[in-house]
Amino acid sequence: MDQSLQDIKQSFKQIRKERRKENFKAFFETFLKNKIAVAGGVLLLCYTFVALFAPWIAPYDPFEMDLFNKLQPPSLDHWMGTDDKGRDILSRIIYGSRLSMGVGFAAVLFGASFGIMMGMVAGYYGGWVDAIISRSLDVMLAFPGILLALAIISALGPSLFNVTVAVGVFSIPLFGRIARGSTMEVRHMEYIEAVRSLGGNDGIIIFRHIFPNILSPLIVQGTLRLATAILSAAGLSFLGLGAAPPSPEWGAMLSSGRDFFFSAPYIAIFPGITIALLVMGFNLFGDGLRDALDPRMKS
Amino acid sequence: MPSKAKTPILEVTHLKQYFPVKKERILEAKRYVQAVDDVSFSVEPGTTVSIVGESGCGKSTTGRAILRLDDPTSGTIEYNGQDIAKLSKKELKAFRGDIQVIFQDPFASLNPRRTIRQMLNEAMSIQNVMDKTKREDRMLELMDLVGLPYDSLERLPHEFSGGQRQRLGIARALAVNPKLIVCDEAVSALDVSVQAQVLNLMKKLQKELNLTYLFISHDLSVVKHISNRIIVMYLGKIVEIADNEDLFQSPRHPYTQALLSAIPIPDVNVKRTQIDITGDVPSPINPPKGCRFHTRCPFATEHCRTVEPELRTINNTHQVSCHYAETLSF
Repeated sequence: MDQSLQDIKQSFKQIRKERRKENFKAFFETFLKNKIAVAGGVLLLCYTFVALFAPWIAPYDPFEMDLFNKLQPPSLDHWMGTDDKGRDILSRIIYGSRLSMGVGFAAVLFGASFGIMMGMVAGYYGGWVDAIISRSLDVMLAFPGILLALAIISALGPSLFNVTVAVGVFSIPLFGRIARGSTMEVRHMEYIEAVRSLGGNDGIIIFRHIFPNILSPLIVQGTLRLATAILSAAGLSFLGLGAAPPSPEWGAMLSSGRDFFFSAPYIAIFPGITIALLVMGFNLFGDGLRDALDPRMKS
Repeated sequence: MPSKAKTPILEVTHLKQYFPVKKERILEAKRYVQAVDDVSFSVEPGTTVSIVGESGCGKSTTGRAILRLDDPTSGTIEYNGQDIAKLSKKELKAFRGDIQVIFQDPFASLNPRRTIRQMLNEAMSIQNVMDKTKREDRMLELMDLVGLPYDSLERLPHEFSGGQRQRLGIARALAVNPKLIVCDEAVSALDVSVQAQVLNLMKKLQKELNLTYLFISHDLSVVKHISNRIIVMYLGKIVEIADNEDLFQSPRHPYTQALLSAIPIPDVNVKRTQIDITGDVPSPINPPKGCRFHTRCPFATEHCRTVEPELRTINNTHQVSCHYAETLSF
């Protein structure tokens, strides 16, 4: 008897392993069916790859000026041409991917963690806690995002870090509202009451039971929000509020290309295309995720 | 039959549960839904006490108050002689382990993202039921108890049928070795053949584990199958309490009688006296004066409209709240 029980327990480990594989497979299968989302995903993979291996991929040093070769149009030596200081635009874009995507991820992570915490607390406790949190989120939501960011940066001073904070702050209410709404939907479910009647405390209920069940809309929102965050960060840098001149941030590059738009349009066009493709990639990927993450789609 | 000498495991006295109604105008007086209005009863260990009534009569609200999911407006609930509203943090935790719940909707009562193993493990770890290393054995034992295969442990709730999910709900309740289980419409969402299976399982478990059930249902045939004692509620009040056979043989309250006569009998030749009650249940925000049932009672008199009947004992185990309980014959 004991021997067979041991066997059963052993078999559990096997089952768990297989099921993990199955779940993974099911997720990918739904996701792969959506061709457009896959295109978005591939695009994002390329960008990530480039950002991770920038020093090995980039043909030139992004900071090295070569005034003899300034304002060169695209050629075999410089695929995307050179800027007004003779720096290779392709190399700068490749290095810039680290900055732009880093700012995007950090901002969304910042906004999402604060927003989700606030939203879950508001939705779970309700009453005056909810009133205070929700009204403050409404106030933040009332400001146009860029305006709020401008205000924050003018208070903190222009730097890439402050751009991250600013973009993160105006993402808070978005995540907060989604988290609050979903929490309110879930908190009266019977399985939550069951945990309560077992004696589980609020921490267990919020983090172990509510959080995983409201995660999918938040992940989707997060991916879509990454696109906006990168775009806003680039926009702020374009206005001269973010990355300082030598750094190859895409928005700043776009901005410096402005003066040469008629004589050397490639200085602005290539960073512009890079931003547009990345934003598109995130949007397509986010839409695909929404379908694949919905548990009701699983049989 | 439960003897009177036993001390009750659960004693509910003058329980009231009012919920405020949202005001429509600013100057409006504050109004309340009187979901449960002055309810007293007791439950003896090892028995099954059922609460029946239409939807909205306050039976689930009573159950929730006993589970301490809602705090009552007034009245006390004593568990083993201890007022549950006055428990210390530690005592409350122990109480939470002693009283468990099985819910109505088997699709809403299990977290869709946690495997059965995670669910049971969590229950045992919150209550600290046993040593970590022994928990897996206990889980296997629980699967045996509720009649599900061992590999259920690694599955997610959506892979089970309604009846199986209800068994899992039972397993979760049993995981912490409770004494009293509140079954809130525990079989109402299941189809009849599965209902019977789950009910029989519950009966079997009661015998083996010496459990006490507080069984909340609107279905009299289910209640008849499982209960020792039955409480009939109407509009937040108890109208009748009696032992199972007693209630079905000789109901004393017109409302109980009406409920019983509404149970279909699968025989065309049976002659039966049907008591028709007309109209809808009045609003619990503004319950009728006097006897709450008078608006629908075919026997109501002027006395019923003005004086509210007390719940009184007519023979040692049978209580009823009707002025004419002794004189009415159906």
